Amino acid sequence: MLRQDIKRMLTKNWMDNKKLLSAIMITPAILYILIMVGLPLILAIFYSFSDATTGSSDFKFIGLQNFRDILEDPIFRKSLMNTFIFTFSSQIIVLILSNILAMVLAANYRGKWIVRFLILLPWTAPISLGTIGWLWMLDSIFSPFDWILRYMGLLGTQNALLGNMSNMYWLGEPVYAMASVILVHIWRILPLSTVILMAGLSSIPHDLMEAASIDGAGFFRTFFKIKIPLLIPIMSISLLFGFVFTFTDMTVVYVLTRGGPIHSTQVLSSWAFLKGIEAGDLAHGAAIALFLLPLLACVVILILKLARRTEVT
Amino acid sequence: MGKLKKIYSKSFLGLSAFFFILFSTFPFYWMLIATFKRDHDLFSPNNNPFLFNEPATIKHLSELLFNTLFLKYMFNTFWVGTVVVVITLIIAVPAAYCLSRWSGKTGENLGIGIFLTYLVPPTLLFIPLSRIISFFGLHESLGALILIYPTFTIPFCTWLLMGFFKSIPKDIEEQAMIDGCSRLGAMIKIIFPLSISGILTVIVFTFTLTMHEFIYALSFISVSAHKTISVGVPTELVRGDVFRWGPLMAGALIPSIPVAILYTFFLDRFISGFTMGAVK
Repeated sequence: MLRQDIKRMLTKNWMDNKKLLSAIMITPAILYILIMVGLPLILAIFYSFSDATTGSSDFKFIGLQNFRDILEDPIFRKSLMNTFIFTFSSQIIVLILSNILAMVLAANYRGKWIVRFLILLPWTAPISLGTIGWLWMLDSIFSPFDWILRYMGLLGTQNALLGNMSNMYWLGEPVYAMASVILVHIWRILPLSTVILMAGLSSIPHDLMEAASIDGAGFFRTFFKIKIPLLIPIMSISLLFGFVFTFTDMTVVYVLTRGGPIHSTQVLSSWAFLKGIEAGDLAHGAAIALFLLPLLACVVILILKLARRTEVT
Repeated sequence: MGKLKKIYSKSFLGLSAFFFILFSTFPFYWMLIATFKRDHDLFSPNNNPFLFNEPATIKHLSELLFNTLFLKYMFNTFWVGTVVVVITLIIAVPAAYCLSRWSGKTGENLGIGIFLTYLVPPTLLFIPLSRIISFFGLHESLGALILIYPTFTIPFCTWLLMGFFKSIPKDIEEQAMIDGCSRLGAMIKIIFPLSISGILTVIVFTFTLTMHEFIYALSFISVSAHKTISVGVPTELVRGDVFRWGPLMAGALIPSIPVAILYTFFLDRFISGFTMGAVK
């Protein structure tokens, strides 16, 4: 009786009306996301079926013509290929390296925080600025890698292993340029992946490892039979985020090569940028960018599945 | 035997740690050394590039600070960052609180839904957003970035804050309400002071995320004086095809370090947001 009285008293005031209050609190966030993320997403799909340009504000629908155009474009096909090559090769290497690095960092030693800070730098510093450092390291004349190769006699002399030119032109040769882009992606994602894995490692019960070592399981046995199976959910999450960040990124390509030489390092997002923003061809740009969507949708479904699974256990 | 094995594994760990640190930090060492090298030293291909072959100089540093728009970029970045922090807090804090107090699975699911919009990449949205910006008349202005940056800060911060609010037991505010506080009063007087560390985390991340952002800033701002640091340094310190490497490296290094320190300090919370409770 008394409780109900209190309750009635409380709901009189709007400041206590739970439903009204929660509606007021949640609406701005949802509205903002709908207008600034939902609406543009739908607009992007609209544009890809239209002939919109930045020049004029009216446009008409032209069906699948844009998709036909871009699919016939060899540069588009090259960038689609590159996007997959860059993403898969860098993420496979990150997966292997992050497992090793997580193990190295898990050991106890003095000055751990400074090691952690240094290892994390590629992820914590702005990527466009970090990539500028790489641009200078891969310079066509002053690259320190070339200097080392020359010093070792592998480059720049008659009969040298890598040729008698004095430089490798890392960003000027298609194959080297692709390798450079992959390397910078690895450099950037490795710290993120490693710290996510370490969070997983620290959640493995200590008893389990102790029991395994008492039972005589060696390093590799505990690694493959205990750590890996227990870490699979967290590894998949770090892999999925790595995928998204690499697949959709254009910063590394833009700063290092702008897609060159001759589009050999062009990726979907940089090509969409050059077409849609720099050339003002909204329709084709949107159609190119839309090819990012299917993979993103898959990733989102996988993340949701993983989140469900971890809730049950 | 056992001792030998231990020494062996220890040196293996040390050696691999060394190589990983070398890989991570070398580009930053490279920036540091270029910042203080004389041009003649920098541009002699036969000099050992890892060392100073001539005395160090602060010429590049002073050129960066006084002959370029670097300080203006810094100011723009801080301005955008601060306004975006305020907007994010105003929108994300109430939303997160509300989602954390909803009963059942609805709050959790809506929260995950909001978080997932963080994964919609700028490269998918920048084309339609360029239209929305000109609709609002924000073309070429910092206002465009202030309008757009919350698209990634709000989802991420709402999700982070939800976790924080959930860790505060409901009993505390119920107690306050029985003691005569209104629901809104309980939230402001009791819950917010308890979640200061969460709000601080959100401030730091919103700030660092806006400093990191490159793609929107590149797409929507081409006037030099309105650029932010992440775009101004890579695009403006290059004159045509001439790279001014000394000032460029200084400009890349100086903003990187404080951002990295802040980020590292709060990283554990960032990670627990990312792993979505898969690690407890």
